[in-house]
Amino acid sequence: MQNEKHHIVPYSTYIIILAALVLFTFLSIEVTGIELGGLTVAAALIFASLKSYLVLTYFMHLKFDKPYIRIMVGFVILVFLAVIIITFIDYFFR
Amino acid sequence: MQASSQIPHDVSYLDYKGKYKGLLAWILSTDHKRIALLYMFSIMTMFFVGVCLGLAMKLELIAPGKTIMGAQDYNAVFTVHGVIMIFMIVIPGLPAVFGNFLLPLMIGAKDVAFPKLNLFSWYLYIAGAILVISSVLFGDGSPDTGWTFYAPYSFRTGTNMLPAIFGAFVLGFSSILTGLNFIVTIHRLRAPGMTWTKMPLFPWTLYGTAWIQLLATPVVGITLVLVSLERIFGIGVFDPALGGDPILYQHLFWIYSHPAVYIMILPAMGAISEVIPTFSQKHVFGYKAIVASTLAIAFVGYFVWGHHMFTSGMSGTAQYTFSILTFLVAIPSAIKVFNWISTMYKGSIALETPFFWAMSFIFVFMIGGLSGLVLGALATDVYVHDTAFVVAHFHFIVFGGVGFSFFAAIHYWFPKMFGRMYDKTWANVGWIVFFIGFLALYTPMFYLGMQGMPRRYYDYLEQFHSANILSTLGSWVMTFGLAIIVINLFRSAKSGAIAPENPWNGKTLEWTVPSPPPVENFDDIPVYGEKDGPYEY
Amino acid sequence: MSQAIHHDEHYDAEGSKIGMWLFIFTELLLFGGLFVIYSVYRFMNQDAFHLAAEELNTTVGSINTIILLVSSMTIAMSTSALQKGQKGTTIVLLEITLMLGLIFLVNKYFEWGVKFEHGIFPGSQHMLDTLSQGEILFFGLYFVMTGLHALHIIAGMALIGVTLAKVSKGTVHPERSALLENAGLYWHLVDLIWIFLFPLFYLIH
Repeated sequence: MQNEKHHIVPYSTYIIILAALVLFTFLSIEVTGIELGGLTVAAALIFASLKSYLVLTYFMHLKFDKPYIRIMVGFVILVFLAVIIITFIDYFFR
Repeated sequence: MQASSQIPHDVSYLDYKGKYKGLLAWILSTDHKRIALLYMFSIMTMFFVGVCLGLAMKLELIAPGKTIMGAQDYNAVFTVHGVIMIFMIVIPGLPAVFGNFLLPLMIGAKDVAFPKLNLFSWYLYIAGAILVISSVLFGDGSPDTGWTFYAPYSFRTGTNMLPAIFGAFVLGFSSILTGLNFIVTIHRLRAPGMTWTKMPLFPWTLYGTAWIQLLATPVVGITLVLVSLERIFGIGVFDPALGGDPILYQHLFWIYSHPAVYIMILPAMGAISEVIPTFSQKHVFGYKAIVASTLAIAFVGYFVWGHHMFTSGMSGTAQYTFSILTFLVAIPSAIKVFNWISTMYKGSIALETPFFWAMSFIFVFMIGGLSGLVLGALATDVYVHDTAFVVAHFHFIVFGGVGFSFFAAIHYWFPKMFGRMYDKTWANVGWIVFFIGFLALYTPMFYLGMQGMPRRYYDYLEQFHSANILSTLGSWVMTFGLAIIVINLFRSAKSGAIAPENPWNGKTLEWTVPSPPPVENFDDIPVYGEKDGPYEY
Repeated sequence: MSQAIHHDEHYDAEGSKIGMWLFIFTELLLFGGLFVIYSVYRFMNQDAFHLAAEELNTTVGSINTIILLVSSMTIAMSTSALQKGQKGTTIVLLEITLMLGLIFLVNKYFEWGVKFEHGIFPGSQHMLDTLSQGEILFFGLYFVMTGLHALHIIAGMALIGVTLAKVSKGTVHPERSALLENAGLYWHLVDLIWIFLFPLFYLIH
């Protein structure tokens, strides 16, 4: 079992990612401040998804890991979304 | 296959003397084989309790009216019977006992990936078991909600629910950690050359099971936490008086508890998939189809939970959806049955005890599975929902499926585990008595359910009397058969004939090491070549 | 347990990493159950959730979001620092992460405290008398979800604390950095959950 060589991520990458995350945070605060009706929820969730994508890819090193970990993460997210959708088949049509 | 360069003459894992002596040498051991036996003995202890409770229920039902207990006691007995049997026996049964013992052996590893975590899982199991038992022994009355803990009754009843709920939570955590360990073991510790498509089928089913354990168990975990919080603080999440929706509780509960059925049955199918090729001396038919159906069952099985709730007031659209998805699961299950039968075709069949168990497994599994279609169809389910029919169905699947497979597995791997052979005549006698008792016990319940006898009642109308007498008699015959099996195995473990390395001429890796296996399994890690495979006869 | 010696020799960084990821999946589904409940009740009580969310202080929520994001960056940097062999920097970065986690908890403590003073806590008579059912559900979920999240912060801080001790002792070093990486992964999970909790409770109103 050899230990795989690590990819050392430079500090500057992390700083750029943090800046993007903070920017998205403020944008989501601004956007949800505007009255958009049902779109507010969508906008907030889109920004949250963007942020979690950045955290997963860079902070959690998915970009530098072997692809099967990425596949697993994607699979788990899909399972969770399917659970929500199937649950809503009940509540939405009740 | 290149066999290990030398057969280790090391001490076996049973005789090994480490730093600790006596009991400590077991409960502090991180050896996967010792942990497997720890699980086996603790599961057997709990099984004894569960069987006694089951016998008590059957005795109560031998005649209408109060026989040995009243309504409240009956409620407590079926609740504790359910919690013990589901959370402590059938869910950990095959993965924790045979998975732990055999997974590293079958994939050519020295142990699981995280041996200490493995031992920790067993401690969690014991802690959970003690918590559940304590809910019976202390406090104001035993839990009486049924093993499903349905809201709002589970936070309204005055009985001692909290330890039982917390115990189920801890048992779930134990199950998650076992699953996690197995996935990492399978990903990282397969012998060199053993590609995914050369892995034996039992590890494959453990892999599918482990994913369900990992992704479904936390959902019930948080649900049980919420029920506890509801009891303590009244947060309102499932309380209709505060705006909560009790049906949402049922959704969340079954999001775990339906996949849990597949946690139970998948490894059972895996064990059968090992037994049948060995006793047919033939390559398993449709290896890839069996693997694919394992994964398909694991995946689709995650999305069918709503078929437990057809009469709860779900939307019609949801009912159709769940019904269709439920029928989909029948396809991969049937594929497995066809493959097992095709494996036997033109095989050189050896009529040994494990093979008898495997045959009876297919028989009861088919009855259980087909009666499941009756329950999965909307029109018929409304008719038999919450009747004895449902009880018969899931005992055929859960006890018939998992129990029969467990006995097939123990009779198959017993010589490997203990290094001794059991008395085959008594094993066969035990099997036939058990099988007859099983059918006499549960088949009348199908009839009773169709006639409209509800489940979970200590009393019934006079018209149901004769079938109930047969069922109770069956429970005694089955327990008698069980006693024969257990006594035979115990005696043989002590004083049976010494078993050879490979008594059944199996081709998977666990048969290449001595019986019982040495502490570190393999002196040299085996290597799979181009042409090697688990079922090359 | 002579096997134990054997297993200690066996070090598989990739295996530990998968193990941590699998544990993270479990945690995601644990919170996932709560998110299912949240979305169902939000769907059933849209106006009440709207109203109740205005009770929460967006400023405190935003500050806590930024704190967690920064702490995520510092622990990610600590891995790079260790790999570069800068032990001192690693330790400082981990200490900063711990401090930020603590500040988050202090903020949370005061935020909850204010709610309690206003009579908003699970099972309070004030809530039953003055709030609608949807609002009671909102606050019930608010306390459960942020409370469970806070427990995870505490667990994460404990893990980071252990890692910090091992880095200073030298048992976690560039060739054996799995513990640090796993502590990082766990901390990012805590951040990830907050990324969704924040808009769902503080922003959508």
